Amino acid sequence: MSVDTSAAVRSREENWQPILELAVEEVFEIMVGCRVKPVPKSEHKGRGEFTAMIGLAGSLCGVLTVGCDAPTARLIAKGMLGGIATSEEQVSDALGEMSNMVAGNFKNKLTGMDGRCMLSVPTVVTGEEYQFRSLADGETLDVCVLFEGAPVAVRLELHD
Amino acid sequence: MLIVDDSSVMRKIVARSLRQAGIDLEQVMEAGDGTEALGVLRENQVDLILCDINMPVMDGLEFVRQMGTVENAKGVPVVMITTEGSESHVVEALSSGARGYIRKPFTPDQVKEHVVPLLGTKV
Repeated sequence: MSVDTSAAVRSREENWQPILELAVEEVFEIMVGCRVKPVPKSEHKGRGEFTAMIGLAGSLCGVLTVGCDAPTARLIAKGMLGGIATSEEQVSDALGEMSNMVAGNFKNKLTGMDGRCMLSVPTVVTGEEYQFRSLADGETLDVCVLFEGAPVAVRLELHD
Repeated sequence: MLIVDDSSVMRKIVARSLRQAGIDLEQVMEAGDGTEALGVLRENQVDLILCDINMPVMDGLEFVRQMGTVENAKGVPVVMITTEGSESHVVEALSSGARGYIRKPFTPDQVKEHVVPLLGTKV
């Protein structure tokens, strides 16, 4: 799937929402081995005990985050690693890679971004007692999927 | 086989994908960045290298360019495995000396498709 970004300028949020959803669905299906579908975020409030963040710079600036509770993060890591036991470090690493792949998959689906949008190295924050505030001042895209019954929240905050 | 990626989880996933693709891995070596990979190659002979692009210290493209300085690495095929899927990245990787390019997320079949022709009779 590919979208002309010039056409998307009039409403990036509207045009890019299905692309972000598809990017999330593909990463779960291919790398975790599980089909997921977007659900209304308002109906599924999860504990953001693990938050993976990855920055986008260049023609598309902002930050993408993937957040979920600790048991879900462990299940995602297990799925990615084929069911073998995972350490805390591996869980963080797996969620960081997931944010990397979702961001990469998303930007690869947008035409007109060729080589002009770069990704940072992912960062993973753990624990509940923190607040995350992006300085991105543009649109926000939210995708929430249920994995093993628990919400996984993906958010893309863009700079104008 | 040498797998180069700054994520230990991704190195395991790549190795698992190779096994799922039916590629018999006699010995898999790992490195966390290009510099570490050059060190591994100075001490070891490998048949194939699977390498990420975005890595700290030395990225995958610079690693491919510097491989020629290591005697053991000359002629060893490199397949890039990365989220950087733009056409310009593919062109840059192939012109740097990489022989293949796999975009993350990837399936075992995609890995097989790129790796088997490069391994030839060694599979």
